[in-house]
Amino acid sequence: MKEKKTKIKNATKEFDLTVADKGPDKYMLRLFITGATSRSVQALSNLKKICEEYLEGKYELEVVDLYQNPSLAKEEQIIAAPTLIKKLPLPFRRIIGDMSDKEKVLKGLDLKRIV
Amino acid sequence: MKKTEKKLLSNKLLKSPTGIQGFDEITDGGLPAGRPTLVCGGAGCGKTLFGMEFLVRGATQFNEPGVFMSFEETNVELIKNVASLGFDLDNLAKHKKIILEHVRVERSEIEETGEYNLEGLFIRLNYAIDLIGAKRVVLDTIESLFSGLPNQLILRAELRRLFHWLKEKGVTAIITGERGDETLTRQGLEEYVSDCVIMLDHRVTEQNSTRRLRVVKYRGSIHGTNEYPFLIDENGFSILPVTSLGLQHIVSNERVSSGIPALDKMLEGKGFFRGSTVLISGTTGVGKTSIAAHFAEAACKRGERVLYFCFEESPKQLMRNMLSIGINLETWVQKGLLQFQATRPTFYGLEMHLAATHKAVNDFKPQIVILDPINTFVIGDKDFEVKTMLMRIVDYLKSNLITAMFTSLTSTDGRTANNENGISSLIDTWISLRDIELSGERNRGMYIIKSRGMAHSNQIREFMLTNRGVELRDVYVGASGVLTGSARIAQKAIENAEVLTRTHDIERKKREIERKRKALEAQIISLYANFDSEEAEAKKMIETEQDSIKRLEQDKIEMAESRKDVNEIIKTNNKPKKHKIDES
Repeated sequence: MKEKKTKIKNATKEFDLTVADKGPDKYMLRLFITGATSRSVQALSNLKKICEEYLEGKYELEVVDLYQNPSLAKEEQIIAAPTLIKKLPLPFRRIIGDMSDKEKVLKGLDLKRIV
Repeated sequence: MKKTEKKLLSNKLLKSPTGIQGFDEITDGGLPAGRPTLVCGGAGCGKTLFGMEFLVRGATQFNEPGVFMSFEETNVELIKNVASLGFDLDNLAKHKKIILEHVRVERSEIEETGEYNLEGLFIRLNYAIDLIGAKRVVLDTIESLFSGLPNQLILRAELRRLFHWLKEKGVTAIITGERGDETLTRQGLEEYVSDCVIMLDHRVTEQNSTRRLRVVKYRGSIHGTNEYPFLIDENGFSILPVTSLGLQHIVSNERVSSGIPALDKMLEGKGFFRGSTVLISGTTGVGKTSIAAHFAEAACKRGERVLYFCFEESPKQLMRNMLSIGINLETWVQKGLLQFQATRPTFYGLEMHLAATHKAVNDFKPQIVILDPINTFVIGDKDFEVKTMLMRIVDYLKSNLITAMFTSLTSTDGRTANNENGISSLIDTWISLRDIELSGERNRGMYIIKSRGMAHSNQIREFMLTNRGVELRDVYVGASGVLTGSARIAQKAIENAEVLTRTHDIERKKREIERKRKALEAQIISLYANFDSEEAEAKKMIETEQDSIKRLEQDKIEMAESRKDVNEIIKTNNKPKKHKIDES
């Protein structure tokens, strides 16, 4: 759940840099959660399932705990939790909620066509 | 007794002063400390500004840092917008006094995929509050979330949680909300924020716009319930707390001269009370402004500050006109003791006039305020409103111990116009000027209708405008009524002539008596003389009579002696003593 928590400072910058390196097909995802609440856990597991199913090998997921990095909430304009940010491929999207509505998650990730 | 008082005091709701002019007076100390307050109103009524001033004053005056969470304007926009009010947000942000937090909600970017909450927002707010130890928070306008997040159920639940959380956090918060059609706010935020609700309003009546503020609700505190007009200008908000706190003015026994010695004489020789309200009413052209100018000049001479509101003449015109009666106001303007505020009554609404008056008085801090004239406010049928406005002005001036002089134009036919009746109860000293038309001329009369708290003359004085200013004369009051002007002079001449003939009469009588006395005396003298001569004659006669008597007696004796010789010799032998006597 907190796998990629190591990059804290300048996480956004590094994230942006890595984003620039990747090709257009690569999905750069970032999930903001609030501690180990059931909703956070649920969102993560739901998202992982979807990614494995539709984006295997094509995505990078970073999970950020807002309690640990409150300043990121401002930088990334986070209001709701959990929030998934899709920086790439464009358009920029915020997918909020526990990712239980698969259709909507796919729509948010612009994966509906593939289905 | 004392203990319970202390207990009550500690139980009392703590207040967080806003520093906004007038607001703390209406609410008896400010917003409820540690609780959220809802500020609602239509577009452009000043909600954001109210919140911002609350924060800025908190940071600069009360050392309470604050967080401004904006859901509409970006930080850059905010900084620019409030710079015009003299708030340097940039600087305050640099010194960690204020944090500006812009929350951007873009509907098109967001996809809802199940249950969520607004914990992200909570975290941001919490982080910002803790970062600078904020005591104040403004959320402007949180209702924007409703357009960004479609799930209203979640949103409402989360807002309820947010306000609760703010209370727990102990910050004094302002939440702004757009006014709804039938509810106070579009999204019914008043349901959640129930401690204090303030409504701002921006109304246009008769082409005049007026901003008003009303405290709809304030749990656990007394507060003014009226609609209070307010101004937004280069110094931020100023709200008029007028008539909020009852009649508890300080009173002064000090007297201020009216500037006209003869008028002072009518008022116990001392003039008006400081802090009292004086009304000069009269028909047109009767000299109301001249009296006001006298009053202003006298005050400036004493070194007091005078604020003169003129609603009909421009200051320049007024100063020129007053020169003709020997009053030079310009010097006092230059010395900074006299300030003119000239506005057309139609320029603002009544409330705005009130607000502007308030502000000008606050800024200039005068001892004397003159409003010339007040009845120009009455346009149409707004008597009641005018009265309340004047009452508020009077109230405000009194509480600051400012002596006020109003002039009021009355109609030529009636003694009192409606306007005066309306406000007369507010007035402490009321001087009436009136025309006295007689024998083809118009003269001015002055009398005091009332003057609270002092003995005052009941006489009508003739009131004259000369090149040395206002002068008062005693009018002629006689059997034929009140006479003024040339009639008075003629009457006086008649009286003088009468007096002259009377004195002549007296003189003549005196002389006559003198003459009579002299005649009498002469008579007495001649009588005396007569008497003397008679007396002398009589005396002479008496003397001769006596002489003759003596002679007769002598003769008798001699005769007796000659006859008695023989007898006598015998006798003398017996009585030798007697003989001796006879011999001697």
